[in-house]
Parts: sequence; C-alpha cells; structure tokens
Amino acid sequence: MNQLIQKKDNKTELMAQDQLRQYLTFQAGKENLAISILDVKEIIEINTITDVPMTPEYIRGVINLRGNVVPVIDLSARLGRRSSEITKRSCIVLVQVEYNDDAQLLGMLVDAVDEILEIPEANIMPPPDFGADIRTDFIQAMGRVGDEFIILLNINRVLSIKELSQLKQVAEYEGALPT
Amino acid sequence: MSEINPALETFAQEVDELLTAMEDALLVLEAMPDDADCINSIFRAMHTIKGSSGLFGFDDVVAFTHEAETVLDRVRNGERAIDAELIAVLLACKDHTAQIIQHFLINEDEPLPEALQQQSQALITQLTGQAAVAGGMPSTQQEKADHFEVDVNTSDSSDNWVISLAFKQNSLRNGMDPLSFIRYLQTLGKIIEVIITMPTIPRIEDMEPEDCYLNFKIAFNSSVDKKTIEDVFEFAEDDCDIHILPPHSRQEHYLQLLENMQEDQVKRLGEMLIEIGALTEKEVTHTLNEQRDDESAETKPLGEMLLEKNILQQPVIEQALKKQESVKQKINKESNYIRVDAAKLGYLINLVGELVISGAAMRLMVDKHGLSDVDDVASTMSHLVEDIRDTALQLRMVQIGETFTRFQRVVHDVSKELGKQIQLQITGGESELDKTVVEKINDPLTHLVRNSLDHGIETPAERMRAGKPEKGTIQLNAYHDSGRIVIQISDDGKGLDSEKIVAKAIAKGLVKADQVLSQSEIYNLIFEPGLSTKEEASNLSGRGVGMDVVRRNIEALRGSVSVDSELGQGTTVTIHLPLTLAIIDGFMVEAQKERYIIPLSMVEECVEMSSDEWQIDEVQHYVNLRGQVLPYLRLGDFFHNNKKHTHTQRESLVVVRFGEAKAGFVVDELHGENQTVIKPLGKLFENLNGIGGATVLGSGDVALILDVQGLIQHAKKRVNPALALS
Repeated sequence: MNQLIQKKDNKTELMAQDQLRQYLTFQAGKENLAISILDVKEIIEINTITDVPMTPEYIRGVINLRGNVVPVIDLSARLGRRSSEITKRSCIVLVQVEYNDDAQLLGMLVDAVDEILEIPEANIMPPPDFGADIRTDFIQAMGRVGDEFIILLNINRVLSIKELSQLKQVAEYEGALPT
Repeated sequence: MSEINPALETFAQEVDELLTAMEDALLVLEAMPDDADCINSIFRAMHTIKGSSGLFGFDDVVAFTHEAETVLDRVRNGERAIDAELIAVLLACKDHTAQIIQHFLINEDEPLPEALQQQSQALITQLTGQAAVAGGMPSTQQEKADHFEVDVNTSDSSDNWVISLAFKQNSLRNGMDPLSFIRYLQTLGKIIEVIITMPTIPRIEDMEPEDCYLNFKIAFNSSVDKKTIEDVFEFAEDDCDIHILPPHSRQEHYLQLLENMQEDQVKRLGEMLIEIGALTEKEVTHTLNEQRDDESAETKPLGEMLLEKNILQQPVIEQALKKQESVKQKINKESNYIRVDAAKLGYLINLVGELVISGAAMRLMVDKHGLSDVDDVASTMSHLVEDIRDTALQLRMVQIGETFTRFQRVVHDVSKELGKQIQLQITGGESELDKTVVEKINDPLTHLVRNSLDHGIETPAERMRAGKPEKGTIQLNAYHDSGRIVIQISDDGKGLDSEKIVAKAIAKGLVKADQVLSQSEIYNLIFEPGLSTKEEASNLSGRGVGMDVVRRNIEALRGSVSVDSELGQGTTVTIHLPLTLAIIDGFMVEAQKERYIIPLSMVEECVEMSSDEWQIDEVQHYVNLRGQVLPYLRLGDFFHNNKKHTHTQRESLVVVRFGEAKAGFVVDELHGENQTVIKPLGKLFENLNGIGGATVLGSGDVALILDVQGLIQHAKKRVNPALALS
C-alpha cells in the first residue's frame, strides 16, 4: 500500500516537472521570448486599453477584464525597446505576480503569441553573465530550441510591482520638465 | 501553535462580540445604573461564554465566568446595587475573560498559567467579597435551597400543596395501599389535612370489599419540589389519578423563575414549565398524549388543557406564555444580522459588476437592431440590475459608529488613570464607509484620541483655574463631504502652543529660525517625525513617534489630515478619507478622446470656455469668473503634455470645489451624470496622485476617476518644481 502511494507521488512529481518545462513563446520588440506556462493565467485579445496619464511609457494603461480593472504593461517598452504598435496579432498575456503576500493580476502586451514549447531540462542553460541587452536579472535562463536560443523571462522580476510603481515617480518628475 | 479549528474560531468570534457588548453595556451602566437591558446584556455575555466554554472543556473559564454570573444574577434580582466600583471590577473581569480564553485558544490543552489563575482568584474575591450580603460564594444549587427555606418560613398554614389522589377500584387488588403512600409522604413534609371523598361509592349491597372507593385530597406542607412529590406516587401511577397543585407561594416562585429564565432556555411551553419545576415530565407527556388522542375537531392548546386538568394555576401559565412571546420577538430582532465571509461578498459584487456590463451590452444590441418589443423588457431589467448593484455595494458599507463607541472604554480607562474627568461625545456615527477603511482607520484614531486625553484635556484643577467646566469633552464626529468622509476629533483642552512648537521645531532642525510660518503650517508641524510638545513622555503618548505615523497611515488610505487649534480653547484634528469601494455619483467628461469621471459632489458648475464671456489668461492659466480668479487646468494638455493637440472645438470649463478652494478643468466634451462604481486601480498605481480609481462604463471601457484634490496638488508641483522638492 505504502509503495503504491509512493509510486503515485513519484508520478505527480514527474508530471509537475513536465509542466515546468513547458514554456509559452511570444514576440515582443522583434524578439522571441518565453515564460513558464505556470505563470500564464490567460491570453486575451486586445479590446480597448484606457490610457493612464502621468505614468511612464511602459505602463500602457488599464483594461476591463470581466468587471475588474487590470493594468497592462508594454513588455517591449519595459525591456528598454520602443513601445509596441498594436497590430492584428497583438495580445495581452495575463500573469499573476506576488507583491507583499498579495497576488496582483497584470496584463503584458506582446506583439504576438507563438506556441507552447516543451524544453527538456538538459536544454536549459544559465543566463549569460553579460552581453545580453536585456537586464540580466530579468532573464531566468536560456532555452535551446533546435539551433536557436530563446530567452526565458523571470516574470516576477520583469513585472515587479515594487519596481514598477517606484520608477513611475521618477518618470513623473521627468515628465514635469518642459519638452 | 496548533491550527485553530473552525468551531473554536466561531467561538472566539462570538466571545469577542459578547465581550464588546458587555463592555458597552457596562459603560452605559455607569451613567444609568438602573438600565435593566444593560444588566441583562452583561449577564447574557457571561452566561453564554460560560456555556460555550463548557462545550470546549475550558473549565477555568467556566469556573471564572460562573462567579461573575452569580454576582450579576444578584444584581439582576435587585439584591445587589451596581456602583462604580462593581463596574470597574466587572470591566476587569471582562478583560480577564478575554485573556484566559485567548490562552486556551492558543494552547488548548495546557493548564492556565499561575499568574492568570491568581488573577482569576483575585477578581473572584473582589467580586464576591463585596457580595458578602449573600455570604460567601454559594453555588447555584445551594442558592435554590435558600429560596425554599424562605418559602417555608413565610408561608402560612393555608399555603400548601394540594395533592389529589383518585385510586382506581382495583388498586387494592393490585397490592396498592393508599395509606402507605400517605405515610411516606409524611417523611417529606407535614401533612396538614386529609380530606377523603367517595364520589363513586355504590349502594352498600353492591359494594365489593376488595375494591377501593376512596379519593384523597391532601394538604401538604413541604419545601421539596414537585418532582419529588410525584416520585412518591410512582408505583401507584397505573392505579391512581394523581394531581399535584403547587401552593401559592410556589406560584410566586415559579413566576419569578419564569421572569428570570434565560432566553436560551425558552422553548416550548411544556419544556419551560418543566424547567422551572412547575410541571413534571410525566405530567407533560401525559397531557400531550391526551391532546393527541383527543379526536374532536379542535384540539386545545397545552396551556388550556393544563388549566382544565387543574395541574397548574392560571397565572403561571400566562406568565410562561408571555415570556415565550417576548423571547420570540427578541430572537427575531437579533437574527436580523447575518455574518458573511467578506470574500463571498467580494465575489458577489464582482458578479454584479459583470451583470451591469452585460446589461449595458444587451441594451446596445437592442437599440442597434431596433427591437421595439424587447425594449420594454430590457429597460425593466436594467432598472433591476441597477437596484441589485446599489444593494450589493451597500453590503460592504458599515457605519463608523461601532468604531467610535469603542473609544468610550479608552476614554473611561485613561481618564481614570490620569485623574481627569473626561466625557466622549459621538456624533455622525451613522456615516457609512467601506469596511476595509473602517478597519484601517482604527489605529490612527486611537492615537489621536489618546493624544487628546493625555495632552489636550487638562486636569480638573487646571480647568477650574481656566474657568472651564471641570469635566473635559472629547468629540468624535463624522460626515460625508465632497465624496469623502470627514472625521473630526476635537477636545476643549488647552490647545496647541504655537510658540512651543516652533521652538521645538527649530531645536530639532525642522525649520530655520528665521523662517516665517503661517499658523496652520505651525500646527501641521506636529505631524513631523520627532516632535512632541509634552516635556515628559507618559506611557500613553509623548514620545513623538505618534503623529507622523498617524499621518502616514492616513495618507496610505489616500486621505489627508490637518489640525486646527486655539490656545486655551482646544484642538480639532480633521481627517479626510475617500470612501474607496463606495459608489459615487460621477460627472463624466471627455478630453483628448479619453473619458474621465469627476465626483459630482465636487462639481460646482459647468460653463462654456469662451473668451467672449470670460477674461481668460492663457499664460497664467486663470479665468476671471464673475470677478473671481479661478485657476484652471487643461485636462488634455496636462495628461498628455508631450503630445501636440489643437483645441478647435468648443470647450467647457468644469468648476470644482474641494474644501474652501475652487479650480477649473477645461475639457472637450461633457457627458453628464452617471452612477460610478469605483474600482481600485491596485498596487501598481498606489503612488499615483490625481487619479482616484477607475470605473467600468456600460460599453465595457474603463474610465478613470479624478482625485480632484490630488490632481490640483500635483499641478501645483508641476508649476513650481522647487515646491515639489521641499
């Protein structure tokens, strides 16, 4: 009996590992990026995004998600690229990030969502120490798919509420300067 | 720490509520010592806690609350007067009960620590020591016995039990000896008189010597209860009709017992009467059986049958029925409140929000397709949906009164400790605001009230010297204003000494010695960290760590706090708070194709923005509005100051008022009033000034709600960046 249970446990563990190795790939700023499928809550089409004034560029605005107001982050702008243009293929990937023991739902504006990839553990490499033009702490790991490398983002760093809301204040004063 | 099981959690919550009610009642009693409702509520608290603690096996709690209950029972019966001393002890008991229950909640199986046990003992002695009139600490059982003895002494000879025994004819044949019962009865009391009747006696020639024709009516004087008397005839039950009618003094005793009966003991008439001992279980079962067997169309109620059978006197039954009725009403009243999980409520409100949006979408479709017959149905439905939304949102709103009343205790305790006489006046307790705000405002309020108690109000002697009444007054007031709630804490104490504050601020380096400050700027210095005007710190306040925390807490709620004072006359602290999740009447405007909501309560008027009518200064951004200088803000430009845009179309000027100040917003279009459900913008925007929240429009789009005050402040900073950095 005990053995049986043990086996079952092993099995669920294995399944969890399988899932862990699944990644959602998408494009933002002409780059192929991926995040763990476990971070993804939902992918939605773009309806209207309401602009929130006095916020930095990477805060694209807010949307109505079934009666709740959810902020949308422009991923490309957040990674230091140009703001995304909204096209037919643009999507919002909803993710949940932790902040002060609270979960906050955030939307991530991307240019296109590609597919769900399974990347075996063996093909996941640590991020390069330097050289990448994305902040290194944003990169969780590099995944090798065929001959190409794809950047696996650390979503809790990229969309850290603490950082996003602090940076905003600085931007406010920048915005205050005459243009 | 072990996990608290749900039953214990409910228990803890219940105890908390009961103790709060008890405290409130005690404080009321202080002013009106005769308020029977309050005494009852205190008694109920102790009694219920005793009962529930028993369920969980918290014997120490049971033992302690039992003593308190006993004393309270005496108070309730008028055997003991309630005075300030007793109230103080009972308040201590309330705290102690909370403490020991807390102990058991955390370490369920561990015995009570020595210190708490000693405290229990001390309090019991305090409680009962004063109750020496009744002597020692009799348990409830002994107490009952006391009553009975009194009955015997006071009852005159006619005040007896009346026992009617009607033996059946063949009872002698069944081995019954009526005499032996009567003899046994003598061991329980004194038989005053025996009347023998022979209602069924036949003619002498038909008489069977072995038959029993005798009925007995016995006047019996005893202090035992009905059940004991009935037990005497237990064996005769089948062969004899037994009626036991209690004596008159008993009747009074029953009436009294009924009067004092606990509400949770009030059930059905029969059960109540058994409880007080007026009826025995057998009598009730018997009568109920008869009631059931009675095949006639109309069955009589139990009370009537009991009367008919002469088992009980009328007043007792009437009293029992009355009690039953009053408790029923009370229970109905109490069950007007339901405790609901806040998460469930949140879910409901979200669903209602979606419903509103779907409703609006349906509305659009109906209009689009011109379905005139559907139109009526659709509009009825949207009315209903609106009602549902309003009701659902009201669910989260609570009155601030409860938070205010808690301070009665603080004021009571602290003023005693400080040797001051202070009363607390509460007004506007019915103002409603969101529950989450209420919870968070408690700490800052406590601090402010304590400040008033400690620093504000002077000692009676000082007050007399200043020509003020001996008793100081602290006022808590709340009201709605401009879509916000305003809470004021004012005292008639000595006020703030602006010279002292400035001196201290200079000493601390908060201001420069040559700086010229306005009066209100000086007062607001007290919210700076490290500034306390009291020379010595007491254990209440004065260490200078309070006021800045107060301000931070209130600002975290997007509120603001200000202080006003007059030396020698008193101090008033005013807190402005948003209603957060509240539903507000909004005024929708459009600027640069984005829609914004301005709280309607802040909108003064809307006028056309044209230089034909008003003198407009485009450089300094002000309008001469009927002789008044009105600074204005172009919303579109202000929000998108990087983008060029032309204002060719007709613009409007929305004049807003906040407190005393006025300002104008220039917008492209006016969309009129609408009901606005405020959705919080979340953590990401918590540092954003000028936007108070968001709302979902009928079309499903999101519109931002302007925080007028924040926006103006923000605008000021932009105009003068140096000010922003100071």
